[in-house]
Amino acid sequence: MAEKPDVLQGTLALMVLKTLDLLGSQHGWGIARRIEQISGDLLAVNQGTLYPLLLKLEHEGTIASKWGTSENNRKARFYSLTAAGRKQLQTETRDWEQTAAIIARFFNVKGEDLA
Amino acid sequence: MKLLRRFFIRLTNLATRRSADQRLREEMTEHLAFQIEENVRAGMSLTEAQRQAAIKFGASEAIREHHHAEQSLPLIENLMIDLQFAFRMLRKSPGFAFVAIATMALGVGATTAIYSVIDATLLHPLPYPHPSELVRIEANLPGVGAHDVGISIPELRDLQNSGIFQYVSLSFYGTNNLTGSAQPASIASKSVSPSYFWVLGVDPQLGRTWDPHDATPGFLPEVVISDGLWKRAFGADPHILGKSVRLDNDVYTVAGIMPASFRDQGQTSDERNADLWAAAGFAGDPAPPPMRGTRFPFETIARLQPGLSPEAAQGRLDALVASLKKQYPADYPAQSVWTLHLTPLAETLVGNVRQSLILLFGAVGLVLLIGSVNVANLLLARASSRGREMAVRQALGAAKTRLIRQLLTESLLLFVLGGIGGFAVLFCGRKFLLQFVPENLPRLNDISIGWGVLAFAIVVSVAAGTIFGLAPAWLTTRLNLTATLRQEGRGGNGSRQRSRLRHVLVIGELALSLVLMVAAGLLLRSFWDLFKVQLGFNPTRVLSIETSLPNPNDPKTDIYHTATQEAVLLREVLRRNRTIPGVEETAVSDRAGIPLGHSQNDRRAVPLLPEGQEVKSSQLPQIDTAIVSPEYFHLLGMTPLRGRLFADQDLEATPRVAVINQAAARTYWPGKDGNGEDPVGKRARLGGLGRQRPEWVTIVGVIADARTESLADAGIPQIYLDIYQRPAKFLAFYVRGQVDPSAIPAQVRTQIQSVDAELPVFRAETLDDVLSSSLSVRRFSMEMVALFAATALLLAALGIYGTISFLVNEQSREIAIRLALGAQRPDILRRVLRHGLNLAAVGAGIGLAGAFIVSHLMAGLLYGVSPYDLSTFAGVTVVLTAVAIAASYVPARRAMRLDPITTLHAE
Repeated sequence: MAEKPDVLQGTLALMVLKTLDLLGSQHGWGIARRIEQISGDLLAVNQGTLYPLLLKLEHEGTIASKWGTSENNRKARFYSLTAAGRKQLQTETRDWEQTAAIIARFFNVKGEDLA
Repeated sequence: MKLLRRFFIRLTNLATRRSADQRLREEMTEHLAFQIEENVRAGMSLTEAQRQAAIKFGASEAIREHHHAEQSLPLIENLMIDLQFAFRMLRKSPGFAFVAIATMALGVGATTAIYSVIDATLLHPLPYPHPSELVRIEANLPGVGAHDVGISIPELRDLQNSGIFQYVSLSFYGTNNLTGSAQPASIASKSVSPSYFWVLGVDPQLGRTWDPHDATPGFLPEVVISDGLWKRAFGADPHILGKSVRLDNDVYTVAGIMPASFRDQGQTSDERNADLWAAAGFAGDPAPPPMRGTRFPFETIARLQPGLSPEAAQGRLDALVASLKKQYPADYPAQSVWTLHLTPLAETLVGNVRQSLILLFGAVGLVLLIGSVNVANLLLARASSRGREMAVRQALGAAKTRLIRQLLTESLLLFVLGGIGGFAVLFCGRKFLLQFVPENLPRLNDISIGWGVLAFAIVVSVAAGTIFGLAPAWLTTRLNLTATLRQEGRGGNGSRQRSRLRHVLVIGELALSLVLMVAAGLLLRSFWDLFKVQLGFNPTRVLSIETSLPNPNDPKTDIYHTATQEAVLLREVLRRNRTIPGVEETAVSDRAGIPLGHSQNDRRAVPLLPEGQEVKSSQLPQIDTAIVSPEYFHLLGMTPLRGRLFADQDLEATPRVAVINQAAARTYWPGKDGNGEDPVGKRARLGGLGRQRPEWVTIVGVIADARTESLADAGIPQIYLDIYQRPAKFLAFYVRGQVDPSAIPAQVRTQIQSVDAELPVFRAETLDDVLSSSLSVRRFSMEMVALFAATALLLAALGIYGTISFLVNEQSREIAIRLALGAQRPDILRRVLRHGLNLAAVGAGIGLAGAFIVSHLMAGLLYGVSPYDLSTFAGVTVVLTAVAIAASYVPARRAMRLDPITTLHAE
């Protein structure tokens, strides 16, 4: 089995925000499964680490939570994006794209270009 | 910024931690349930589904722990846990907690009380801006042994122009008659240079003070009044500025009102309570023309240039003095060695009470120390009963530092609770307690029990808690685990060390309380000796009541300018006073004649030179004078020894006569062989200060020495002048007889004011009261030290009782075996008592050594008793030993009555 890359610090938060942006209100397990699906099982996330993160994000005010009932009638805590969270997502997306673009440019540079 | 934010988030997390953790746990359980459900749906067995779900989820406990550690502050959290635990432990043994907290409350409360007095008097004696710039300037003539000779106006101007000071000001204290309102009043006032308030750096709350550079030679027409006088005499009239007031028949206008918080500076409480300030240049009427040799016996205070240290200023001042001497050699003869000396003003104000206060603070510090030792002792006693608890916890892996931290938290909690308790009692009882503080303490009104004092109480408690909690905590955790666990917490290595430490502590307590008791004993004996001293006059049934005659700036408007003018008033008032029912004798004197009652401000020392003796220098030894009526000596029961007293034929027109006391006769007429010569009939030249010309007086009589100046000093030279020859402005009328002290002031007032309605009448006191208040500071410090000593003795008794009881408990098995083997019960009693006695003996030995040092240091506070008074030292040692034996006797009896069978069975 190939080594699965660790989740970069901070990226998990971005993934959570984006997931909530797409799905609207969602409970913890749902978020975990969605991240797993989208990353195509390439990412090894200890699912447990998600919960302290959710708590932290809620403390920071980017997400909110309330109790609700899941599709199979279980009581669960549902998370959703707040206005602040949406704004945060936008800035972080932009930052991420910028960083990615810069890194991509570095990779595209070939030896003769610098000569 | 970010760090701070994170800290606050963590701090709030601390409060919400429990709920957050709860939520994490719930959600994690939820998640696993979802996952297991899905795994089962995918066809796994239940156990396999659970296993896979757990693997996928990760170590949930570790995640929680990690989250927790990241989001919280473990140090504070541990402290909280320790505190909770400490509270629980205290609740579990309320008796111990109560005794320990009460002891500390007593110790810290008393220390804090004395600190609050010291804070106001010694630490903040000057309530003015930049107090370190304020200095007092004293002129001395060491060459002829004269100190504080005062300053002349040309010298004042030299100082003002020297560049060393921002402002220099003269001031002298006096009283003025304020007339015009319903009742004439005598007002404490100061005559000052116009720059006075500029020196102090205080602005009035209303109006203004004077221009600091005003050069008017005489008195300025405007006065500044205190907030108190404004409210008292003028009903806080908001339009008071510019209105006129009549003082000693001169008219002034009010220029400014000082703030309510302003208190004047000065050596006596009268000065500090001054209500009115008048400014003068002291260079013209009523002052003599400004001559370099005409020195005023005034106080000179100044504000140094900013940044100039008193030492540097003194250096520049010395240079100025040297150049002035060169410039005016006639005014500064070389042999008199004129010098100017700077003293920080703060130091000059508290001088006489400093020693008493430091003694009290030392005494109270010892009480605190003994109290802390007692609590440490209690903690140690608990340590042995908690030995097992500590052993188990260490066996389970608790770190020693962690345990010490927890024990220290417990003792700190005790000490701080005690400290806060003591402060609370002090705060609630401050009004009550302040009554006991003698009135003549400087800045009494500024004693406040506020935040600074609370901070002091807490710092002291924390320091004491740390120092005295550390050793017990360390010894408690120092255990031989296996031995302790096996022996169920008895015996063992740590226990022996603990009992050794307990012995050291008890010995320390005994030694400290012996020191305190010796101090209290010496003070008590001094006080008693002073109280029992032969006064040389008889104060019983004598009442004095004061009045003052106006002293207008222009002598021509003074209706009491000459003795003959004044005699009319005096004789009439005396005649009328004799008609008051119950009055047997009456007399009058100036204020300096009130025995022990006059403050330093009224004391008038003037040079005296017997005729025919050589003039050794321009400055002569000075003698205290009092101006009295002929009846004065008989009324006060003073004993004539030689010659005669004043008589009716001594009048303004006849030669001046004087009566002196024995001390003056010895000092001024020592005779050629030193055996003394009869001064009666001799002449002497008296006076020569300021405006007064020296005059010749003939000594007509000698009276026995009386302690009218100071209780502690029998031999202060004194000269009495006849009031019908020398007028006096500040008068005290005396009545002796069966009179009602509450009714007589009003009766005398009526008599005085029916002769002159403009005279204020005030301060009626029986001489017995005067006598007792002259002892007030001594009585206060004696009572306080005695109280502290009693407390210390009680605490030491408790300490030795606790230690011996504990010893008996610990050795009960051994004692039981001895008894079972046939030991005699009285022997057991003796054995235990001897143990207590040994402790007392060692404690007393160390204490005596300490007491010798302390009594040597407090020699200045003693009167009539040697600091090494044998009977005091012996008596105190006996008392301490007796108390120690009594305290050991109770547990010793218990040891004697032990029943060997039950004791040995119980083991």
